[in-house]
Amino acid sequence: MASVLALPADGERAFWIRLAAGLAVLAAGLGSAWMIFRAGHIATNMNNEIVWGTPHVFAIFLIVAASGVLNVASMASVFGQLHYKPWARLSGLLCIAMLAGGLMVLMLDLGRPDRVVVAATHINLTSVFAWNVFLYTGMFALAALYLWMQMEKRMNRYARPVGIAAFVWRFVLTTGTGCIFAFLVARQAYASAVLPPLFIAMSLAWGMAVFVLVQAACGGAGEDLQRRMRNLLGILIALVLYLTAVYHLTNLYFARQTEFVRFILLDGGVYPLLFWGGYVLAGSLVPMWLVWRQGAGMGSLRAAAALTVVGAFAALYVFILGGQAFPLDIFPGFDETSSFRDGAIAGYVPSLLEVLLGLGGVAAAYLITLVGIQVLDFLPGEADGSPAAR
Amino acid sequence: MAEVSPNQGEEPAPSRRRLLAAAAAFAGVAIAPGVTLVEVARAARPGEPVTSKVRWGLLIDANLCQEGCQECVLACNRENGLEGGTRPVDVQWIRKVELKERATGRTLGLPVMCQHCANPPCVDVCPTKASFKRADGIVLVDRHTCIGCRYCMLACPYKARSMVHEPITQQKPEVPRGKGCVESCTLCVHRIDRGERNTACAEACPTKAILFGDLNDPESEISRRIASLPTKELRADLRLDLGVRYTGL
Repeated sequence: MASVLALPADGERAFWIRLAAGLAVLAAGLGSAWMIFRAGHIATNMNNEIVWGTPHVFAIFLIVAASGVLNVASMASVFGQLHYKPWARLSGLLCIAMLAGGLMVLMLDLGRPDRVVVAATHINLTSVFAWNVFLYTGMFALAALYLWMQMEKRMNRYARPVGIAAFVWRFVLTTGTGCIFAFLVARQAYASAVLPPLFIAMSLAWGMAVFVLVQAACGGAGEDLQRRMRNLLGILIALVLYLTAVYHLTNLYFARQTEFVRFILLDGGVYPLLFWGGYVLAGSLVPMWLVWRQGAGMGSLRAAAALTVVGAFAALYVFILGGQAFPLDIFPGFDETSSFRDGAIAGYVPSLLEVLLGLGGVAAAYLITLVGIQVLDFLPGEADGSPAAR
Repeated sequence: MAEVSPNQGEEPAPSRRRLLAAAAAFAGVAIAPGVTLVEVARAARPGEPVTSKVRWGLLIDANLCQEGCQECVLACNRENGLEGGTRPVDVQWIRKVELKERATGRTLGLPVMCQHCANPPCVDVCPTKASFKRADGIVLVDRHTCIGCRYCMLACPYKARSMVHEPITQQKPEVPRGKGCVESCTLCVHRIDRGERNTACAEACPTKAILFGDLNDPESEISRRIASLPTKELRADLRLDLGVRYTGL
């Protein structure tokens, strides 16, 4: 079994400990969801101004990164980079696992999670949210099909066309996720055509970072593959940083948007702090330095990947929470006050239940991956015949 | 005695028959637009399907809206069984917004509620079609298919929607509500469907700053006032064609 890579000599015991830890976090997440369902969203710190909160930060991270972890499969099957091929199966499994975790959080955060079946039976084709239902299920199907083509020797010859289909689908999926925000015409933070390409870039970088961390937990890659992955991760982080700069600069160009940009980048309290300190410095510049510095090795790659994930959460927190905290401009040229806090910056601090629900999604992804690599051949083995994969 | 016509009791001659048929056809063509106009002006009666021949809306006169007055808000809460809280988690279907113009310092107040857009973003984005627009222009949420995703709340340019954040009791039978569902001003649709022709907020306004009526009927008071006064739509740049118009803004 491939589990030799995942598990040391005391493999079985380690597996059960990891499984128990994952189940405990998942149980905490499900318990939180139950409490929110019973009490209503008043149990959280989300409200009628901060409509989407910390669970959405986790969910969108998981969904966006789910598309990105398939980088490795795409490098192998679409671009013919054989160094990546032994890891392609793990990349497919991670895609399914993270997508499941992210969707679990989204569904459990609904005001009426008991009506989730309604989302499948009443579909509004003008809703980008509804499109995403198709995109996510399609991604599941393609990733599963890709794994079949990879794992069944007789089907190996179809791995490339399925890999290409999955590659295209990833772009469409992250375009769709970006459009969820880009179609919000009235919100200063969101109505931007830069968002879909930004989300594509984020998926590539963040998925790569997650893959590096999981790969490290499974024994790590060989030196040649490490060098390639360091370089690729650095380029992808730079791409996200560039598109983020374009997003803010285009906003700054429109006079009506300058107040929002000032809020999110300068005056907005925790949001500028997280943007500059969390995303730009810790989540982008330091990882780029780590992967491109002289003498960078496996430790640098892991540290860079971990920081990229930290930066991703910071960036999404600023984007989702900061974007909602800034008031709608319903009366341009006027200062407004009301019982509904028109014109006021909305306050928000994540509640424990929200954080636990989000972590529950991460735990679900972790458990699917853990059990997956325990029972099936997802990790590189002798059959791959490539020591470089190690 | 009147003289009896020589043709009395006889069938009309073929040429007269053609003349009468032509006259009837002409009269029909002449009367038809009038009949159609009567149809346009007539709203659905109780029990009848709603029709797009009417479009219900409001005209709000900011010049008449009194500072500090909350009568419309209180009336809406009473009418719809809303709790009337003002915490960020509380439901508010209508709110009084106090404005101060930055350039001139001019102050004014006005109520803001669902603007009942002809092209409502909430309806476009709703994944389950729970947000919908009736034929008569009223934008509603179907309580049975709303899953509480809150995407419509993010999409609404007017901050007009609230989600019910906690269990509710003492609901009014004609205004069904529920924890976990999104809701907003219904333009007192239960009144309209009973055949009444006023909303609770308009009825309660002591200065008649809120006027309810049929925007499609050129003879209605709301249409005549919109024709004679300078009115504005909020965020007109979005071109959503609102059912709520403001004057004095």
